[in-house]
Amino acid sequence: MPDTQTPQRIEPTYPKDRTTMGGPRLGPLGWARWGWRQLTSMRTAILLLLLLAVAAIPGSLFPQRSVDPVRVRAFVEDNPGLAPWLDRLFLFDVFSSPWFASIYLLLMVSLVGCIVPRTAQHARALRSEPPRAPRRLSRLPALAEATVPGAPEGVLAAARDVLAAKGYRLSRAGTGDRSVTGEKGYLKETGNLIFHLAMLGVIVAFAAGHLLGWRGEIIIKEGQSWTAGPASFDTLNLGPLASTDDIPTFTVQLDRLDVAFETQTEGAQFGQPRRFDGLATVDIPGRDPEQQQFAVNHPVSVGGDSIFLLGNGYAPVVTVRDPDGQVLYSEAVTFLPQDNNYASEGAIKVTGRDPGLGLVGGFLPTLRLDPELGMTSSFPGLGDPALALTAFEGDLFADGRPQSVFTIDTEQMTQMTDADGAPVAMLLRPGEYFELPDGTTVEFEGVIRWAGLLVRHDPGRMPALALALAAAAGLTLMLGVRHRRIYVRIDPADLTPVGASRVVVTVGGLPKGTDPALQGVVDDVLGRITATAPPPPQPPTRGSDEDTP
Amino acid sequence: MTDPQLALASDIAIWAGLAVLALALISFSAHLAVTGAARQGRSDDTVPQPTALLVRTGTGTEGSATFPDAAPTSAALEPPAVDHPAGVTRRWGVLGMQLTWLATFAVLAGTLMRGLSVQRWPLGNMYEFAIVAASFALVVFCTWSLRQDRLWLGPFVVLPVMVVLVAGKIWYTEASQLMPALDNTMWLTIHVTLATLSVALFVIGAALAVTYLLRDAAERKSRVRGWLAALPQGDKLEAMTYGMHIFAFPLWTFTLITGAIWAEVAWGRYWGWDPKEVWTFVIWVVYAAYLHSRATSSWTKRQATYVALTGMLCVIINYTVVNLLITGLHSYSGVA
Ligand code: HEM
Repeated sequence: MPDTQTPQRIEPTYPKDRTTMGGPRLGPLGWARWGWRQLTSMRTAILLLLLLAVAAIPGSLFPQRSVDPVRVRAFVEDNPGLAPWLDRLFLFDVFSSPWFASIYLLLMVSLVGCIVPRTAQHARALRSEPPRAPRRLSRLPALAEATVPGAPEGVLAAARDVLAAKGYRLSRAGTGDRSVTGEKGYLKETGNLIFHLAMLGVIVAFAAGHLLGWRGEIIIKEGQSWTAGPASFDTLNLGPLASTDDIPTFTVQLDRLDVAFETQTEGAQFGQPRRFDGLATVDIPGRDPEQQQFAVNHPVSVGGDSIFLLGNGYAPVVTVRDPDGQVLYSEAVTFLPQDNNYASEGAIKVTGRDPGLGLVGGFLPTLRLDPELGMTSSFPGLGDPALALTAFEGDLFADGRPQSVFTIDTEQMTQMTDADGAPVAMLLRPGEYFELPDGTTVEFEGVIRWAGLLVRHDPGRMPALALALAAAAGLTLMLGVRHRRIYVRIDPADLTPVGASRVVVTVGGLPKGTDPALQGVVDDVLGRITATAPPPPQPPTRGSDEDTP
Repeated sequence: MTDPQLALASDIAIWAGLAVLALALISFSAHLAVTGAARQGRSDDTVPQPTALLVRTGTGTEGSATFPDAAPTSAALEPPAVDHPAGVTRRWGVLGMQLTWLATFAVLAGTLMRGLSVQRWPLGNMYEFAIVAASFALVVFCTWSLRQDRLWLGPFVVLPVMVVLVAGKIWYTEASQLMPALDNTMWLTIHVTLATLSVALFVIGAALAVTYLLRDAAERKSRVRGWLAALPQGDKLEAMTYGMHIFAFPLWTFTLITGAIWAEVAWGRYWGWDPKEVWTFVIWVVYAAYLHSRATSSWTKRQATYVALTGMLCVIINYTVVNLLITGLHSYSGVA
């Protein structure tokens, strides 16, 4: 029992700063224990947290493959000297890099090493009663004292009642006792444990989602219908532990897609997208087809998974006929927007002709002829749609190499020229057509829209949400609840006139952590004790003051 | 669907608020100078009271049976304020406070009209973020001052609020509708309201942290002079700094969670390490490190406070560099 030295805080019985416990002359086991203590010390936790923050920053400065692989490729092309070095340091994959992983894994281990002993300690504290009051309360950080009339037993009983009424857990009453301890705020520690445990859980759920989940992307044009399956996505990313069998089969038809752009405001906001929404019909085997409305913030739901609308663009409908008028090709061709005004690029590959015909170029929803930039688009909506193409002839799929649908590999092709030897170039409005030197015609029939859809399956997301909410609740408890110990000591007053019964009531408060309100609580407890203490017995007799009001 | 008249009125109200805040800043500074000089002259010794009061005797020690029925809630988080030296004018400080109230109404009105002019919550771009955060900071400061004498804190709140508003004006965005990814009224409102509120509290927390560091440095050298003498003692400032942060940190935690929910709804993944998400996370982790360093005895309070200020630095980077220079999905700054 600390009699002379009263602690200034409620100290946990395990050492907070466990780094000091490692002594000299350690064996392997000793070193292991020393290392464990280092790792699970608060000092290390802070260091790891700060390190984690610093380590995350490059992930926002360099383009990340997991976020935007196209930008990474562009960055690598623009910085051929630097990029390989950055790549060697995983700076394009920061969040899956070994050094980032090692920080958070160490943090998780530290967290476990911290939670386990604390949980045991807290379970014990919940079952034990508060310790008895130190002999001298005067060293406590909050203190109040008053002399009140009354007998010691009666005042002590009043003090117990006051503390109990305020929700304090009390030390057991003993005979000849002159003091009582009340403790309150165990929920603070409970909240702390819930928070740290739930944090651990969030990390696990996040990891599980990555390992077991998958995401697939697909572009669907208006009116088109598409059936999901392992092979039918444009791109499919499977988590390391996910299998293609997990991908459900369903059919989605894009009935309509509406897009609107800002036309009222001038300046930077002009032409900003304002609305994307549409109608889709979802057909899951064994169920009736269902038409659903969807928008950027309202995914289509398919069973347990969701289909998100991520992008959109234009698909000019192009028909190519041979000199006899036979249709060689007729399709809506997906063009990819390159800027905010939807100036888009794309390619048309007419394989049904010999030699193969390739048309590349741009689609401009609102054509503007800029003296410097040439053909640009001045508004993302369909103000004055135009299709600008050049033509190539030759082998479209040289060596059968895989290639993007948005560009043409011109290695084995030659650019078509007109009679004067100038490259063939056409600028078509909807309904117009162009005749190539050999009589083949290219007609621009009209434009429809396409939607870029993302199908996502993440089994970790609901657990992550639940755990994050638990963490937030724990945090609120940990930071909102005050853990305090209040000691009340009753001493006989020194200058008691003979016969009159007066006692000195001392109330001391011991906080856990910062507690500026503690003095107020101590004053309040003392005020209540003096207010409820039994009045002095009129004829000064002893022993008749057992009952308190 | 935007109302240009209302938008213009909103702009004017914000400018007016800024002008009044400049006057408030002058008054508050005069208050600090006057009070500091008076207190320094009174206690001629430059040695302040010992900072760590190990034993405090409460108000009830007089030994009588009359006790102020101290309501514990009113004292919660509120260490006693500085007592004002008797006979020294509080006129400047009170004037500053009145001007701050005026500015608060102006900024609030500006924010409200901005929202009405675009018929949505004014939380869609950097400018709107700035005026809402400034409104929150001013309202919190004003209501906080109703309970306790906070005149000394005036300049330290008014100045950063002015900086926020000026930054908003620099990165001004015309009143207009939202881009579709932001157009989700419920999550937009919840997430961005929480973000602006916690940023406002973090700003006040950082202001307190700066006053603490300055005052504490002076106390250590036993040279509490000039306007520093008008501040409360260092340990009280430190406790207030902590008190502000333990409000702001859970709010930021909720900001992060609601942001993740919204990202799930809008983009199909709740966390994708987009630059804005990275920085939200960095800010959260740095402030968690602050709370840890504050809770362990192996760090001093001063060191912990520097961690809190690092958190503020990250908030500033998040608002400026990340919004303006780094491209990501969250490109909502509205600045061309
Ligand atoms: C995921 C990483 C972590 C986060 C976000 C986190 C967050 C927090 C927060 C916000 C507090 C509240 C501090 C206060 O009461 O003012 C706290 C307290 C605490 N944390 Fe952590 N923590 C993390 C990891 C750890 C680890 C690894 C340890 C173990 C060494 C640890 C040990 C503690 C302890 C002992 C406290 C209580 C301090 C006290 O009130 O005396 N934490 N934590």
